[in-house]
Formats: sequence, C-alpha cells, structure tokens
Amino acid sequence: MEFIDYYEILGIPKNATEEEIKKAYRKLARKLHPDLNPNDKDAHKKFQQINEANEVLSDPEKRKKYDQYGKDWQHAEHFEKQKQYNQQNQYQQTGGQSFSEFDGGDFSSFFESMFGSGRKQQTKFRGQDYHAELTLSLEAAMQTHQQVLTVNGKNIRITIPAGVENGQQIKLKGYGAPGVNGGPAGDLYITFNITAHPVFKRLGNDLYMNAVIDLYTAVLGGEITIDTLNGKIKLTVNPETQNGTKIRLKGKGFPVYKKEGEFGNLYVTYSIQLPTNLTVKQKELFTQLKNLK
Amino acid sequence: MQQPETIAADEFCLHHHVEMSFLYALKNEGLIELEIVEEKLVIPQQQLPQLEKMARLYYDLDINIEGIESITHLLNEIDKMQQHINHLNNRLHLYEGGK
Repeated sequence: MEFIDYYEILGIPKNATEEEIKKAYRKLARKLHPDLNPNDKDAHKKFQQINEANEVLSDPEKRKKYDQYGKDWQHAEHFEKQKQYNQQNQYQQTGGQSFSEFDGGDFSSFFESMFGSGRKQQTKFRGQDYHAELTLSLEAAMQTHQQVLTVNGKNIRITIPAGVENGQQIKLKGYGAPGVNGGPAGDLYITFNITAHPVFKRLGNDLYMNAVIDLYTAVLGGEITIDTLNGKIKLTVNPETQNGTKIRLKGKGFPVYKKEGEFGNLYVTYSIQLPTNLTVKQKELFTQLKNLK
Repeated sequence: MQQPETIAADEFCLHHHVEMSFLYALKNEGLIELEIVEEKLVIPQQQLPQLEKMARLYYDLDINIEGIESITHLLNEIDKMQQHINHLNNRLHLYEGGK
C-alpha cells in the first residue's frame, strides 16, 4: 500500500481552504465524470481517486487525521491505540472509537486502512459501467441466439439479435457495478468481435466471396454450385464470362440487424482457373484455336 | 413482464430528488420531451437514461442547462464518430483480407 497524496490528486496546496477544495474537486469531476468519458477506464479510475481525495479533505475530521499522520499513516493505528491506552489509564474509561465494517466500495486500501470503510457520505454515485467483449463467428452472428455470459461471477443470459456488426456495442442497463450509497447500478456494455471468415467477407449487410470456375465454363457458359452461409446455390454462368466478373445475388447476404426477414446482398466474384498439365491433344486443340484467330 | 412506456414526472422527481423546474428547463431547451397523459405529466421511458445523465451533470457537477445542451451535443457527436470508426475498421478489415 502506497501513501496517497490527496492534495496532489486535487492539485491544491496543503493549506487549501474548504472552498478551494470544493472548487478543485468540482473542476476535476467535470473533466473526469464517467458520464462525460464513456468507455474511458482511465478517466473512471481517476474519478474514483478524486472522489476519495474529496471524501477525506472535505471532511474536517478526516482531513485532520490525514494531515496529522500523513506519510506515517501506517503507524496511525498504533498512535491511536497508545492514545486510547493513556486515556483509559488516566480516566479509567473503557471503550473507544472504532470504524464500522461496511462494504468498502471503490476506495483505495490506503483510505480503508486510515479511515475504515464506515464512512459518512451523502452523495449518491452511480455504479461503474462494466465493459465486456464477446467474440462471435460470422455464422453465429447471422442467427438470433441466446448466450450466457459470466460477468463478475454473475450469469447473465442475453439474446443476440441476428446481424450484429463487428465493433457494435449493446448496453444492458443495470448490469454494471452496484451504485454507491443507494445510487443506481452501472450498465454493462458488450462489444461484439466478429471473427474473420476464410471464405466470406462482410461489409455492412453485404457479403463478398470468390468462386472459382474453370476455363471451359467461363468460355462456353454453364452451371456451378456455390456454398453460401445459408446452403448451396446453383448459379448460371454466362458464356464468355471474364475473370473478375462480379455478380450480385439479391437478399442472399447478411440479415439486417433487428429487421426480421430483411437481408443484404451476396456478391460473387468469379476467378477463372486455367487448365494445367495439358495433354498433347489439348495443346493441339488450343493451337488450332489460336490459329483460327 | 412488459415495461411501462412512460413514467410520471412527479415520481421521477421524487425518486431522483430533482425539482420539477429542472424538467421544464430541459424541455424548454428541447433536450427532453414531456407528454401529458390523462392530465398527468409523463416522461417517455426511452428518455430516462438520458434524463438521468442530465440530472447527474446538473446536480453532481453544477453544470447549467446551456452546458448540458453543449455536452449532450458533443457526446452525440462522439458516439457518431465512434460508429463511423467502427464502420471504417470493418471496411479496412475487408480490404486487408480479414487479417
């Protein structure tokens, strides 16, 4: 546990007045408040630090204790006990001050060791937001399905609508950290990470893929069968199809997010594969073709 | 269980310890919409998260209504930019061959 300089955190001198402390806290809180810094964990952490600093320095009793023991906080308990012992001996009194054992919340170990956790605080703070990442395959992202997530030891069943995008974030209200002093719980943000597919590339609701066709089908035309994410599709290849020709299959793409029955398009780019290991006869025929030109 | 579509404004004020004048001030700036249902002032349920955030800015951080309006606008812009970045990342992903 390290000593925490609350004055430094708030950027104020040791002799700052109550008004100066309040002003410094407000100024920093406006900069670091979680509402103003969504998804910024660093700002959330700093916000907790300035809250803690304000909690101590804005309370005259706590500030006095903090100023008195300062860097010797480790010996504070010893000093207190010694003082109590002396008092008991002198006045034959029993009992003494002890801090209640409440849930410590978001305060540092330094704070807890010095002030205990039974602090008095009126301000309600919303619980911290949690952020989680969920990795889905492209196939999983195209089906509405349910998944059970474990967040901070709690199982949460969520429904993932078909068509979620890579990087898309959904918010589950109230599934974040519990609020402080009766404040509302934070929210849980889930960011989807859709893994790359070896065959299909996705852009928005459209899918892109390559299909290999042989030279003869490209030249003479014919039929091919391709595997899509929804099953096999038979395609008619026009005669004299050029390499790189792109065709659009309407409605065979990715489901549109939260729009049931709507789909993007599938774009298929033909790659023409030239024959290899030609036989003598085949070479002769190609030569004949060449000479016909 | 279905959630109610609106919440009574006075209940919101009681629960969040805010004044009714705060809601009117937000309404006058066009930051929220209030409706009247059966002669009762109500807040559409989908506005609650935004309204709670505005109440925190106002009461916790002493930010006035004009400041809240600017912040709301900027946060919306950040959100739009974040979505745009996600879209561009996905597009880049396509051209990089999913690497």
